[in-house]
Amino acid sequence: MNIKVRQEEIIEEFGLLDGDLEMSINYLIELGDQLAPFPKNNKNDDFIVKGCQSKVWLFAQEEDQRVIFHADSNTVVTKGLVSLLVRVLSGHRAEDILNEDIYFPDKIGMGRFIGSQRSNGFSAMIKQMKLYALAINIKDKK
Amino acid sequence: MTLTLKDQLDLTAIRKQFPVLDQSVNGNPLIYFDNAATTQKPLAVISEISRYYTEDNANIHRGIHTLAERATAAYENTRKSIAQFINANESEEIIFTKGCTDSINLVAHSLGGYLLKPGDEVLISCMEHHSNIVPWQLICEKTKAVLKIIPINDKGELIFEEFLNLLSERTKIVSMVHISNTLGTINPVKEVIAAAHKWGAKVLIDGAQATPHNKIDVKSLNCDFYAFSGHKMYGPTGVGVLYGKRSLLEAIPPYQGGGEMIKEVSFTQTTYNEIPFKFEAGTPNIAGVTGLNKAIEFIQSIGLDQISHHENTLLLRATTQLSEIEGFQPMGTASEKASVISFNVEGVHPFDLGVLLDAKGIAIRTGHHCTQPLMDRFKVEGTARASFAIYNTFEEVDQFVSALSNLIKKLR
Repeated sequence: MNIKVRQEEIIEEFGLLDGDLEMSINYLIELGDQLAPFPKNNKNDDFIVKGCQSKVWLFAQEEDQRVIFHADSNTVVTKGLVSLLVRVLSGHRAEDILNEDIYFPDKIGMGRFIGSQRSNGFSAMIKQMKLYALAINIKDKK
Repeated sequence: MTLTLKDQLDLTAIRKQFPVLDQSVNGNPLIYFDNAATTQKPLAVISEISRYYTEDNANIHRGIHTLAERATAAYENTRKSIAQFINANESEEIIFTKGCTDSINLVAHSLGGYLLKPGDEVLISCMEHHSNIVPWQLICEKTKAVLKIIPINDKGELIFEEFLNLLSERTKIVSMVHISNTLGTINPVKEVIAAAHKWGAKVLIDGAQATPHNKIDVKSLNCDFYAFSGHKMYGPTGVGVLYGKRSLLEAIPPYQGGGEMIKEVSFTQTTYNEIPFKFEAGTPNIAGVTGLNKAIEFIQSIGLDQISHHENTLLLRATTQLSEIEGFQPMGTASEKASVISFNVEGVHPFDLGVLLDAKGIAIRTGHHCTQPLMDRFKVEGTARASFAIYNTFEEVDQFVSALSNLIKKLR
């Protein structure tokens, strides 16, 4: 399943919630709960993406020429948010991650769900994931 | 506006004055508990701003036409109202600013620049808002003065003996919050001022959280400066006040240059205007100032005794109910406390509480509340904070506690 298909899947799922804020947040929390455990050794400041009020830890590794992302957060809502990105971007080739446009946040009205401050944090997460992909891409080309 | 207030507040009548409260947020009736950040505005304030622009709009002071006269009168009447509201000696001791932060910056820059020499000391407390920390850091850096911090105890109260120990002939300025925006602690500012004056230090009180709740009497306090914001006391944003003793306002240099604050300008020499105009460079927020007058009338129509009594009752009810929640960790349990509750709940991040309460239509604030050094003191990243105003009800407190309890069960 490519990045675009995964984004469409998320758009469809959130569409079923009909814009209900509470249901959307509860769904986010459920998705966050399903994230794979984050490697304990990597839960330090080297892997932190600082948001306004919450912390996100983000880590990438390459397996069979695919980028695998691991993420965690100290808040359940943010953990749900980053789980969406892991679902969309993890398991793809670095080049695909770099080239694909991440459009699902706008389509599911994420700004309305999470507010402008958290939207900035979300953009920082996407940027960090693309930076990991860039680093892996450069390493592969050497 | 006339409100019927006898033995009990007519909250229905009061709430009708605040149209913003009459709405659903995320499918639930709005419960607004973020009053320490900003209060909502009564109709009288909203209408006055509209009336001013509709009927009187003109630039003030130097115009000779009728509209300029009317605008000037509305602006200057507010100055008189504020002088009476805080019991200043005269309205010339009232300076209009952009807000409390702007007022503090004015004092730090003008008084600090005037008084401070290398090695002099400025004292602030551990519970200050960043607005009463950073301006002093800036001026201390510039003058090579030293910023010293008065510690607080685990209840969030000033350790007065430590304050006395820090005072010395080197202390030139003490700047302290009257009521902490995070802890709700009401500081013993009258005693602080008296002690600082014994050493010849000048004292600024940050009253941003105090003016909406308690009667302020600057003459009785004997403070040298008192700063506050309009928007935290039912007035418009973008308007603040600085009270200063005449002798000091006359002695210290202007903060900003521009129109209005000058007497005569030439390329070789400029002479400054009299107070208060010396500190009001540029066209001020005239509409905001006239709106602030209506906010003061609103407060006075109810009475600060009634307001603080009602808010304290809400505080007691909320504190009692919240204390029954397992893992409830209040931050700020001072014996003298205003209507602010900061707390954490074991095992739950305050950010999650804020987001999920918002989904229920309940507005609280989460984070460090612009008091990061205070968060460090209590070794927490942030807290959830509920803060009450005159229009809040017991039912809202009950619904908030009930919603919070249910969320906590779900999140644990």
